Amino acid sequence: MAWHKQVLRVNLSKGTCKAEPLNMKWVQDYLGQRGLATKYLVEEIDPKVDPLSPDNKMIFVTGPLTGTMASTGGRYSVVTKGPLTGAVACSNSGGYFGAELKMAGWDMIIFEGKSPKPVYLLIQNEKAELLPAENFIWGKSTWDTEELLKKKHQDPLIRVSSIGRAGENKVLFAAIVNDLHRAAGRSGVGAVMGSKNLKAVAVRGTKGVTVANPKEFMKATIAAKKVLADSAVTGQGLPKFGTQVLMNVINEIGASPTRNHRDVQFEGASKISAEAMHEKRPTDGKANLVTNQACFGCTIACGRISKIDETHWTVKNKPEYWGASGGLEYEAAWALGNDNGVDDLEALTYANFICNEDGMDPITFGATVAAAMELYEMGVITEKDTGIKAPFGSAEALCKFTEWTAHGEGFGKILGLGSKRMCEKYGHPELSMTVKGQEFPAYDSRGIQGMGLAYATSNRGACHLRGYTVASEVMGIPVKTDPLTTDGKAGLVKAFQDATAVVDSTGLCVFTTFAWTLNDIQPQLQTACEGDWSLEKLNLVGERIWNMEREFNNAAGFTAKDDTLPKRLLTEAAKTGPAKGKVNELGKMLPEYYKLRGWTPDGVPTKETRQRLGL
Amino acid sequence: MQRSLLINPDICTGCLQCEMACSFEHFGMINPSKSVIKVFEFHHDGRKVPYTCTQCAEAWCLHACPVEAIVINKETGAKVILEDVCVGCKVCTIACPFGTVNYNHDSGKVMKCDLCGGDPACALACPTGAITYVDSDWTGLERMRQWAAKTDSRPKAQA
Ligand code: SF4
Ligand code: SF4
Repeated sequence: MAWHKQVLRVNLSKGTCKAEPLNMKWVQDYLGQRGLATKYLVEEIDPKVDPLSPDNKMIFVTGPLTGTMASTGGRYSVVTKGPLTGAVACSNSGGYFGAELKMAGWDMIIFEGKSPKPVYLLIQNEKAELLPAENFIWGKSTWDTEELLKKKHQDPLIRVSSIGRAGENKVLFAAIVNDLHRAAGRSGVGAVMGSKNLKAVAVRGTKGVTVANPKEFMKATIAAKKVLADSAVTGQGLPKFGTQVLMNVINEIGASPTRNHRDVQFEGASKISAEAMHEKRPTDGKANLVTNQACFGCTIACGRISKIDETHWTVKNKPEYWGASGGLEYEAAWALGNDNGVDDLEALTYANFICNEDGMDPITFGATVAAAMELYEMGVITEKDTGIKAPFGSAEALCKFTEWTAHGEGFGKILGLGSKRMCEKYGHPELSMTVKGQEFPAYDSRGIQGMGLAYATSNRGACHLRGYTVASEVMGIPVKTDPLTTDGKAGLVKAFQDATAVVDSTGLCVFTTFAWTLNDIQPQLQTACEGDWSLEKLNLVGERIWNMEREFNNAAGFTAKDDTLPKRLLTEAAKTGPAKGKVNELGKMLPEYYKLRGWTPDGVPTKETRQRLGL
Repeated sequence: MQRSLLINPDICTGCLQCEMACSFEHFGMINPSKSVIKVFEFHHDGRKVPYTCTQCAEAWCLHACPVEAIVINKETGAKVILEDVCVGCKVCTIACPFGTVNYNHDSGKVMKCDLCGGDPACALACPTGAITYVDSDWTGLERMRQWAAKTDSRPKAQA
């Protein structure tokens, strides 16, 4: 059935792998993936645990629709307590790995403890074993790791999820990378994996997946696929331009954070946009973009596959980077580009390759470089600290910083702490553009007011994927709201947060929601899963997940005081564009949001709320 | 009219809907490892190539089979495995120059594309049109049309 009802519990301290039945009661309340694994996590760890200690746990989890023919049904998440934030971390990834894990007969893997020596987990259907990684893949990039594992086990069909050197070095924003350039990217889940001495998970699954009502399920998925194909965003925009379709749009509305949020528009945006990726380069007559690519089961295919100009200074004598690989997504292009004032498309593509190769979140990394460049321009740090001249706009500094952070060298060791710790170290905590220790993504909340509230209240720190009101405020999905006002934003944010928590628990990609609502997802779940999965139930599940995460964070030590934004966004007005003169008016939205959530003014779920949600 | 699968790798996104559809049609479960159409990824070139049996007219596999377990479906032209007859000797997997007949260790028989009896599930499932099912005699028709569109000997209009 949609769930295999099998959990693999791996105790790294003892070196054991054991199967146990999935808690089907929790499935009814938390669905799968994000919701279900978070339930396991909050039940099994002390919220105050040090994220990088053996007592933290890390869960790889699929959803009920992972490995099915539902469009985009190939996702998995990594759930743990995040070292960047100290909050609950849940990072979602596509590619093929998640579906392969499901094909092998597992719904989730729970990692506990810490291995005395570096190891990797090999799963071949029901067989799971820990094998030594030392003198083999430890110390290698995620790209080499995948290749070496396939070779050693003589199986080109093995799917691999691994950390690079950044994860091994416990860079606080290290990512877990699967299928070469798909990543559970944010909050430092890769550092947790590194702290456990776990290098990789290699899976081959041939058992397949079945659903409760195959005939009806196929009908439901075909109808839903048609909705995606007919939408201008998921049917045309995303396949042709990828998420980069947003670069020019967001810049034009004056919501593109630039030079560490000093500005809200980047003069070089068009040079690093989706359109620019399609243009033929004067040097070699080829475009940066080679093709688009889908994740498992996805009929949208937003992925970018790019080739760097072989004559470009970043790769001139490095043929290993001449092949096609994962190209720029909007968030990466923005964080490495706009936020640092760098407009060299090839250099950004190179930095992005390195982030994939050694497993780093390009958002936090890029934003940390931005803070360093601001410190440099202010004279707080100098070339002595950074090892290279590092003013805004220096593509060279950006690329060197990327290599150094990926390899744990020089100033890269400091960048590897993320902007919050780095800015504190240099006495300027106000320059860290973070919420709860995690850096903002590519939307300035002075120009998109609702995002300010979404960031401030996001359970994993600043993040666009916890409540993407950009869809409504900018694109008019499902209804257009004015990005410059705060009216109705509390309700909007709550609705997006709860619905997203459901989508993240299904095995589907959140990008489907540019065209789908829960109305399109519900029939697919209902026909795939046993039991009742009505809309009402799903809405409740979403809200329950949100509150569960909140309570974990509260118990970990967060309070209402942490639901805030950096001073810059609350006091320094946008200088140009449609939002000129605006700051984010978080104070106007937050109290209403707490009320709608059924929380006390201190941001704590009330007894009635807890009861209503069955917490 | 006989029809053939026509594959255009240039527009394949690697979504594997075809592999899932194939396994579902033949085994009633979603299981790409049992699909007889396979999508190969050539990562460094950014290419994905779906590949399956082309249904050779003089099929090596059919001639090689010692027990005559491979027969021709007259309507579709597909070379079809008779599961009851197949003894799993795998000679056909060696005989096929393209590797498109494969052993299935679960059943102890071989498996290959049978065109789903004339309504191939992969072509139906493919969201991009990378797999289509067209007139066997004119698999080049679309390419011919594209080239035909480029021939224009009329004098160019003056700007
Ligand atoms: S929309 Fe993009 S990220 Fe989502 S599943 Fe499809 S290809 Fe992957
Ligand atoms: S369904 Fe079509 S686009 Fe998807 S992998 Fe198969 S041939 Fe390629």
